[in-house]
Amino acid sequence: MNEPAIIQNLERKETTTLNLGPTHPSTHGVFQNVLEMDGERIVSGVSTIGYIHRAFEKIAEHRPFYQITPLTDRMNYCSSPINNMGWHMTVEKMLGIQTPKRVDYMRVIVMELARISDHLVCNGILGVDTGAYSGFLYLMEKREHIYEIYEEICGARLTTNIGRIGGFERDFNDIAFAKIRKFVKDYVPVLKEFEELFTRNRIFMDRTVGIAAVDAQTALDYSWTGPILRACGVDYDVRASEPYSSYEDFDFDVPVGTTGDVYDRYMVRNEEMYQSIRIIEQALDKIEKEPKGVFHADVPEIYLPPKEEVYNNMEALIYHFKIVMGEVDSPTTEVYHCVEGGNGELGFYLVNDGGRSPYRLHFRRPSFINYQMYAPMSRGMLLSDAIINLSSLNVIAGELDA
Amino acid sequence: MSDIKLAEAPPGIEGSGFFATSFDKVVGLARANSLWPLPFATSCCGIEFMATMGAHYDLARFGSERPSFSPRQADMLLVMGTIAKKMAPVLRQVYIQMAEPRWVIAVGACATSGGIFDSYSVLQGIDEVIPVDVYVPGCPPRPEAILNGVLKLQDLVRNEPMRRRNTEEYKELLNKYGIQ
Amino acid sequence: MAKISNQELVQKITSKFASRVSAFSEPHGLLTFETSREAIIDILTFLKNDLDFNFLTDITGIHYPEQELPIGVIYHLHSMRQGVRVRIKVFLEEQNPVIPTAFNLWKGADWMERETYDYFGIQFEGHPDLRRILNMDDMVAFPMRKEFPLEDPNRVDKKDFFFGR
Repeated sequence: MNEPAIIQNLERKETTTLNLGPTHPSTHGVFQNVLEMDGERIVSGVSTIGYIHRAFEKIAEHRPFYQITPLTDRMNYCSSPINNMGWHMTVEKMLGIQTPKRVDYMRVIVMELARISDHLVCNGILGVDTGAYSGFLYLMEKREHIYEIYEEICGARLTTNIGRIGGFERDFNDIAFAKIRKFVKDYVPVLKEFEELFTRNRIFMDRTVGIAAVDAQTALDYSWTGPILRACGVDYDVRASEPYSSYEDFDFDVPVGTTGDVYDRYMVRNEEMYQSIRIIEQALDKIEKEPKGVFHADVPEIYLPPKEEVYNNMEALIYHFKIVMGEVDSPTTEVYHCVEGGNGELGFYLVNDGGRSPYRLHFRRPSFINYQMYAPMSRGMLLSDAIINLSSLNVIAGELDA
Repeated sequence: MSDIKLAEAPPGIEGSGFFATSFDKVVGLARANSLWPLPFATSCCGIEFMATMGAHYDLARFGSERPSFSPRQADMLLVMGTIAKKMAPVLRQVYIQMAEPRWVIAVGACATSGGIFDSYSVLQGIDEVIPVDVYVPGCPPRPEAILNGVLKLQDLVRNEPMRRRNTEEYKELLNKYGIQ
Repeated sequence: MAKISNQELVQKITSKFASRVSAFSEPHGLLTFETSREAIIDILTFLKNDLDFNFLTDITGIHYPEQELPIGVIYHLHSMRQGVRVRIKVFLEEQNPVIPTAFNLWKGADWMERETYDYFGIQFEGHPDLRRILNMDDMVAFPMRKEFPLEDPNRVDKKDFFFGR
């Protein structure tokens, strides 16, 4: 269906240059593709990124550890709690801190909610790009409910800065738990309604089945990870292969596709949302069994003491001063920790020299590495198929440019 | 009795079958209540804009019914998100292509002043390249804050002279930025 | 597939490359070693084809100004079937850091090497299209080197007095 039949007549060399520029309604973020078009077919393309390069890695060399959390928020801003938790776990790995089980389960709940909100946006926008706008509105309403849960836990809606190194800043109160339970109950019917609009819809299937199919060996060669790699048939999920934050205690499936086309990616993300709901329900049950009121590890050297103690207790005051000034003892070592982000393996490579801020911090960003295949992959495609392909890759501009 | 609020009529002389007021006021009223936005969304504030346009905090009820991605057909440019130095010429081009009357809202801390990214590659505020009318602080600002910014812009627009583009101080402002 | 232990890996690598690898360590359980630019492609090929490290996780750089060979290139590889990772470091001189490209082994090295070039100025020989990716094309300096300042020098309203400098 997508064979480049017209490319053989290239002696004519009449191609148009189309600039799918940095500001474009259907590129979800600022990246540019300069495409050579032969009518509606793309002959070749060159991607340019860097239009939102904010130099995170350079800034991180000048900030103490707890001030890097708001930076990590703004990488994949559709699912910022996953970035935050990943960073906290990296520092905990470096310092050798073991968090209590209840903290792990709370982190799992927050991360799975973030994963749901990321996949919501991706599938909704895929719907919008194929021309169906109403499904997106229903999913955005669910996203508002997730924002309400974040607000109850940490006070912010989108760029959450959730948690501290060692746990959380406050326990989830009863309202938060009630909202999470209500969300879990109300979400599945809405998702089923959204599915009925798309999954067996003739038009959607014609537009997405068979488009941009990628085989597993090529995907691995290009270092793809995340739902798009799983759609190609490789069952690599960091949560299952290298469990962190007590994911090994949970019972969940990793959905895997077959051909790697746009339809498979949509179905993998859809199914992952069901699995996330399953994980959240299990986590809520497991939290009931843990001792109440534990929301951080007992590490006064790096976890800020509660304010009542700071004003009354000398040691707490000294710890508070040392932590805020950044005089925390840390070993001279290097650590690489990865978590399963919304788009794939989000890795943090931290080289520490015992000082106030990291010596070098590198983010292995899945959107950046997934996107490099886009230009080679769109050779020979129709323009509208290339747009759908881009939308299914779920490239978040903040994570692309860091 | 419906509780839909209608806009106040401007002060004028009324009679049977006619209503006389100054042209400026009518045009200001019409413009203020139909500002079509150009969402120039680069990063996280763009997601908050999506939430503002959604059903919960509806921006469309204030007249911004049609977000246009074509600069010629838009009235207000909503710059949402960090503008890097690589993106600044693109932003300038988009602003130059907009047809008068045009207004600019800088949404978020990054567009206002560079935000938390005080680095070599981030433009420290879009007012280094284009003139801005309303600044909305926040990181990201809540949808209510973005709505507040749009309402403040509506106040500005309602009270503006009809041909702002011909006034001396506007021309001077644009000259400062090197825009004709 | 059975998980291979770090000891076995060290044995297999040293038995083939004895003198060309050095500085074995295991910070936080991740086997790390250093090598030189002449041996790196052989080592990567050996790891990919014989030891089943099929996945290139990341390529990045680092700058230690006081060391004799200041600029480093750091590779992270991952063997999905055996569930083990490895980190390889290559240190180069500052004036003209050149290293052969890993593009022929993994296509995913394309943009990773461009990003490392953009940040540190490391020339990857044999790369099809080595140019800047994140920063502006006309930039001359390499921003992640330690001597490059973080903040925008043209900003006039930040008074050093108030920022404690």
